[in-house]
Order: sequence, then C-alpha cells, then structure tokens
Amino acid sequence: MSKDHPRGHLVARGLKKTYQQKGHAPVTVLEDCNLDIEPGKLTVIMGSSGCGKSTLAYLLAGYIKPDAGSLSIDGRAITSPGPDRVLVFQETALWPWMSVMDNVMFGPVARGDQSTAQARKAALELLERFGLIDFRDKYPGQLSGGMKRRAEIAQALMNHPQVMILDEPFRGLDEMTRELMQEYYMRLFEDTALTTLFITSELEEAVFLADRVLVMGETPGRIVSSIEVDLPHPRSFEVLDSQAYLDIKREAMDALYNLALSPEGTG
Amino acid sequence: MSSVENTVSKPHPGKALVAGRRSRLRPPNWRGSVAVVGFFLLWEILVRAQVSGFAQIPSPVTVVKVLFTSYLLDPGYWESWLTSFQRVLYGFVLAQLLGIPLGLLLGTRKTFNYLFYPVIELLRPIPPLAWVPLSILFWPTAELSIVFITFIGAFFIIVINVHDAVRHINKEHLWLAQSLGASRGQIFRRIIVPSVIPSIAVGMTLGIAVTWNVVIAAEMIAADSGLGRLTWEGYVSHTGPVVIIGMISIGIAGYLSTLVVDWVEKRMMPWKTR
Repeated sequence: MSKDHPRGHLVARGLKKTYQQKGHAPVTVLEDCNLDIEPGKLTVIMGSSGCGKSTLAYLLAGYIKPDAGSLSIDGRAITSPGPDRVLVFQETALWPWMSVMDNVMFGPVARGDQSTAQARKAALELLERFGLIDFRDKYPGQLSGGMKRRAEIAQALMNHPQVMILDEPFRGLDEMTRELMQEYYMRLFEDTALTTLFITSELEEAVFLADRVLVMGETPGRIVSSIEVDLPHPRSFEVLDSQAYLDIKREAMDALYNLALSPEGTG
Repeated sequence: MSSVENTVSKPHPGKALVAGRRSRLRPPNWRGSVAVVGFFLLWEILVRAQVSGFAQIPSPVTVVKVLFTSYLLDPGYWESWLTSFQRVLYGFVLAQLLGIPLGLLLGTRKTFNYLFYPVIELLRPIPPLAWVPLSILFWPTAELSIVFITFIGAFFIIVINVHDAVRHINKEHLWLAQSLGASRGQIFRRIIVPSVIPSIAVGMTLGIAVTWNVVIAAEMIAADSGLGRLTWEGYVSHTGPVVIIGMISIGIAGYLSTLVVDWVEKRMMPWKTR
C-alpha cells in the first residue's frame, strides 16, 4: 500500500486457456489475450457474462495455469497463488465457520508474518475503518451482503497485496448497497492507490470506477479495446451528471455494440 | 405433552427427530392430543371387543398396569436400557472415530482412494444385519459381535457422507486459503475439516437411526440382554404386555438418542445456530 511507489504491474501475453470436458468438445475460453495493468491505477475489465473474465482472474491469481502464454507481476512469473495478488470472489468466499475476526486475521497468521496478537490489532484497526468493529465476533452468515463484501476486502488488505483483483464483487447486491460499495471502494482506492483490477459486466459501474476500461470480447475471450477514463479524482456520484462521463460512457457503449454486431465478436 | 405425543405416535427415531424439531416451535396441538387419546381408546375397544387379530394383543390399560407393577421398579428392566444404550454408543462412536478420518483420507489422498474405495463400494451395499452370522463366527463374544454389527450400521454412512463432502468442497474456499499463503496442513485443519462438519452431522443423524434399528434386530437374534431381547422374550413367552413395553421403550430410547445427537451437532456447528 505504498502510495509513492505503486507496485502490482500485472502483465499477460498471448494467454490461451481451453477447458476439456468429458463427452464434450473442448472449449477455448481465452485466446491470444494480452493485458497490462498499470500500477497505482484502477483498471476495469468489462465484458458480457461467459466471455472468460473469471477465467482470466483465476489465471492472474494463479489458481489455474494457461495452456499458452505468460503471466507476470512486477516482472516475476506467476506460477502459484500468493498474497501479493488477492482475489475477491463473485459470491462471498469468506469461510462461514470462522468469525469475521478470524476470517480477516487468517492470512498473516497462517504465513507466520504476524503473531496472533499483532494480527488481531491490525484486524481491529481495519474492521474499525470498515465499520465492522461491532460485528467482529459474528459469523459471515450473520452479515448483510454489503458487510460481507467489506469484510472480504478487509481480509485481503490485511496481507498488503500489491494488486487487488475483484471479480464482479458487487454482483447480487441490491442497487442501493451496490452504489454504496462502489463509492466505498473508490474512497479506499483514492486513499491507498492500491493497484486494482476490477471485473464487471455493468457499464456504469465500469466507467464510474475506472481509470481505464478494457473491453473484453468473447469466443474466445480477449481484450479488444481500451478506453482511458480521465474523470477527476476524488470522484463521487456527482460525476455521473458530467458531460465527460457521458462521452466516455458513449464511447464504451459503442465499443460494446461493435462487438455485439461483428460476426466473430471481436469488432 | 408434545414430546410424549411424538414418542408414542412416532416411535421411529428418524421421524421422531423431525417431529421433535417442529414441536418446539409450535403451540400445543390439541387435535393431535385428541388423536393420541383416540388411538389408545380405539385400541382398548378393539381388544375388549375381541376383534380378530387382537386376541393375543394386550389392551393399553393392561400394558400400563404391567409396566407400573413389574417393570418401572425392576432393575432388570433398566439394565436392558443400559445394555442397549451401551451397544449403540460403542458402535456409533467407533463408527465416527474410524469413519470420519477414513472419509477424509478417501477424499484428500488420491492413491489411498484408488486403493481402498473399491473395497468400501464392495462392502457398502451389504445390509448390516447380513453381517450377523459372520460376526458371531468371527468375534469371541456375543457382545463384541453385536457392537460390530451396530458399528457397521453407522460406519459406511459416515464414510460416504464425509468422502462426498470433501469432493464437493467449495473450490473458492480452498483457493482463498492458498492465496493467503496457508500451508497444506493449515488448509486441511482450518478449511477442509470444518467444511465437512455439516456432512458429518448428516451422517450422524442417519447413523444413529440405523444404529437403533440394527441393535434391536441383532439383540433379537444374537443376544441374551437388551431392549430388543426383552421385546423378543415377551413374544416367545406369550406375554403381550412385555412386547408392547419393549416397543415403547425402544421408541423412547431412539428418540432420546436423536436428541443427544442433535445437541452435539448444534455444538459442532456454532455458525449455523442463529
């Protein structure tokens, strides 16, 4: 979380991923997929559901291996999962049998980076900041959707990741909570300049949050266009009324339309 | 009142469990009480009217009389309870102690799975009671053979439940732990084991019901003690009230066991109680 020397430069070159299923023809989800995530920026990948966004996230996190191509973070090849790239999943992945506190403390204690007492102290600070301090002894099942997402972000931040990967993190939340969470993450990002890769299928969410929107095409998935979003920081929902926002939204919409109209889906 | 209803009208342990859970939430069910009273009344009438088939069956009044005069104060009767409970306890606990680790191993170790899973699949379809003759031949005492058969009743259920649960663990729960740098041992202890606890609970609920079924049948065949034997002796000696007393006792015993298992399960999963 060093604001001066942002890290977390994720690079993917020529990624290919094919899923083999017994009794089915193999499905190529990603092909020739290239990606450059600028450190200290919030990059949004936008694409329709089923275009391979999650697969790309799992590859970057190191959960699965590509069939071809290379992946690196700050020049080091990605070969396995690690605390430098924490992924926040679509549906909550908090462990239901651990209290919020134990969920948040898990990483540093498991690695032996911090004693239980140190981790507890750090976790309390984060939970305080995230408005979850009164819920520290609750189980995830007892939290609302918005609280669960905040707890997950706190759980990730405990590990001082160099990049946060959020895979449609606010999907399934009601409209109100979703907007609150977007604003919430925006504040957090502006405070920390934590390199972020945010995956979504919602255009407005993408443009509101992003410094750059990467549009992903499907079958097979790859990044087909890149849109610079130079809306000012600190950013709040008032920006949604500005001409600049509308122009960028239009540009992104055009990119999506072209994608939908082209026969191969690659514009 | 409601718990008495449940045990009397639904002596089957599995059903009693469900009914017990429900009755705690509901106001007293007066129609149910009427039905229960009606049931005993009808029984009494049928016996007194000498309806065919009821000739050898004692009336509820007789049963209650015999229960109070010759059983409730008889240590031998309570010894039957204790004996059956002990057999269920040993067989059931042993099944959990061996079955849970075996299920975990089958689910987490590929080689182990390839080696031993076929044997499990081979033995699993054999009903526990089919083991009775072999068990008597193999074990030196009747007591051991009954505990063994009881054990078989709960063992395969728990193994299969745990094994299945390990295979269907939420992938994201494992991935998250890997991302945060947990070791394989930590993942096993803090992610895999808690993940399968709900399935262990299901295995225990099913297991305790089967265990009572099995122990009663095994006692009738192979033992000279226990509630199953008590019931069977009542039949052999043509003492109808004893048969009924045995049946009701077994029902209550099964119900009490499910209450205990229920209680244990709740404590195993504090995150599921709201």
